[in-house]
Amino acid sequence: MNRSRKKIISADTRNLLLGLLFISPWIIGFFLFLVYPVLSNFHLGMTQYSGFGLPEWIGFANYLALFKDPLFWTSLYNTFYYVILAVPLGVIVAIGLAVAMNQKVREVAWYRAILYLPSVAPVFALSMMLIWLLNPRFGLFNYLLSWAHVPAINWLGDPHWSKLAIVLVAQFGAGHIALIFLAALRAIPPNLYDAASLDGANQWRKFCYITLPLLTPTILYDIIIGIGLGLQVFAPAYIMTEGGPLNSTMFTALYIYKNAFEYNQVGLAAAVSGILFIINATLAIVIFWSSRYWVNYQLE
Amino acid sequence: MEAFIRPLATRPLLEARQQLVSRLLLVAASLFYLSPMYWMVVTALKSDQELAQFPPTLWPQELVWKNFDLATKTFPFLSYLGNTIFYAAFTVLGSVLSNFMIAYGFSRIKWPGRDLLFYPVVASIFIFIQFPVNPITMVPMFSLFAGLGLVNSFLPLILPAFLGNPFFIFLLRQFMLQIPSSLSEAARLDGASEFQIMTRVILPLTRPALVVVALLAGVNAWNDFLGPLIYLQNDKLYTLSLGLTFFKTMHRIQFNLMMAASCLVVVPVILVFLCFQRFFLEGVSLGSGK
Repeated sequence: MNRSRKKIISADTRNLLLGLLFISPWIIGFFLFLVYPVLSNFHLGMTQYSGFGLPEWIGFANYLALFKDPLFWTSLYNTFYYVILAVPLGVIVAIGLAVAMNQKVREVAWYRAILYLPSVAPVFALSMMLIWLLNPRFGLFNYLLSWAHVPAINWLGDPHWSKLAIVLVAQFGAGHIALIFLAALRAIPPNLYDAASLDGANQWRKFCYITLPLLTPTILYDIIIGIGLGLQVFAPAYIMTEGGPLNSTMFTALYIYKNAFEYNQVGLAAAVSGILFIINATLAIVIFWSSRYWVNYQLE
Repeated sequence: MEAFIRPLATRPLLEARQQLVSRLLLVAASLFYLSPMYWMVVTALKSDQELAQFPPTLWPQELVWKNFDLATKTFPFLSYLGNTIFYAAFTVLGSVLSNFMIAYGFSRIKWPGRDLLFYPVVASIFIFIQFPVNPITMVPMFSLFAGLGLVNSFLPLILPAFLGNPFFIFLLRQFMLQIPSSLSEAARLDGASEFQIMTRVILPLTRPALVVVALLAGVNAWNDFLGPLIYLQNDKLYTLSLGLTFFKTMHRIQFNLMMAASCLVVVPVILVFLCFQRFFLEGVSLGSGK
């Protein structure tokens, strides 16, 4: 009796040690690549540090400097502008494509491959392509628009259009999310639609009262991922516009990069990174918390 | 009676109309999604004179294949290709090894606190989708690696792959949870050690999911821009992603060469995708937790 009990406890302890051993690379990675830099941002953010020598403690001076720097506020404005436009648009485009692919179209495998393709292609190369695709004089887009008598748009050179051009790059990744939505659509039991048909519901009502509520878990996932990607958008702006024209695409990530790696303002850049982390984490938590009011988990 | 018959009669018509609308939408979307690549290929094959023509031509009058040759001579293509393959190969190796082991610990061994410790894994997916190099963590990580004298080496790029990636852990755990626990129990009764169970029983069954991880990790490394931009400042170590930006800094940008070089970077990824499409799609459904 006593012996077997001892054996059970030791088996438990053995499994605990074994489990921890197996996941130990992740524990190291978690502290080294996530916990350390997040905490370090707040520490470095309180210092004057050029990247050489030792950081010098200056308290909240960086945060005060940021508060007075109009470019910092511009970068936040641009980033939020981007997120508010790109995230909902991404959800709508992805749901639209998924619903279309779900309509028993025979050649759906083709669409699936084509729509997913740009998600696999490197964003930096896609940005290169778009520089030329959106060229005001020799680009395909303006050429096609000219058939509809739309005057040439200076996509990347006009501050009114530049942010939209960056939002456009993000939409090329929507095919990936569309496939996640498609999987969710296929998980909806068909008898729900049959029952609604018997009650005389039309397509639109079926979509609003059956499809959409059952897609809400995927929408939640997409929104949180989209906000993270949007708040940290970097490569398209760095490659296509370098923050211009007139700082219209100076996003917060680019502001961090320029301060840290071009102006040797490492302390200031760390302060901004800390602020960006707080914004990102807060939004993710708030949206996750709000999900209890609008996300339907009935199918899970 | 009539109300009963009518929906049956109109259903094929309605379905046909829905299909038509869906087709139109999907064809339009496909054209839009293919447009950057189409324009890239067409531009890559145009001569300098044709490139300066207005309005632009939709297909090259003559196919100038030597643009590819010229493009690879404008920057050290082969050596950057070698660097990129080096980075991708070690990333694949590290990702497969580490994430398999970690996911095993999170799914095939029962230990107190296991599922509690999995919360930080999921939470880190949502905030650090671009892992490990992203704008939030790049400043302290760069300072750390610079302090260790590891800038201008591939270590800061490759080391993280050996220490687990939250998304891959999630994906593999999801897959391993579907393997019946009776298989492990049986092996355990036969006296197999945990390590033997992992390598002899679970590893062969997890192979399809490991292919997904290998493919995604390789493509991520190939496509990485921010990591090399920060850590590789010596132009001998550049990856193709950094090499491409060279075309942008030229005094007079030669777009046909720039697009030819882009082709050479994008085509391998597309070929890998087309060959292993099944695995990429499997990754989508595993990654979404379905």
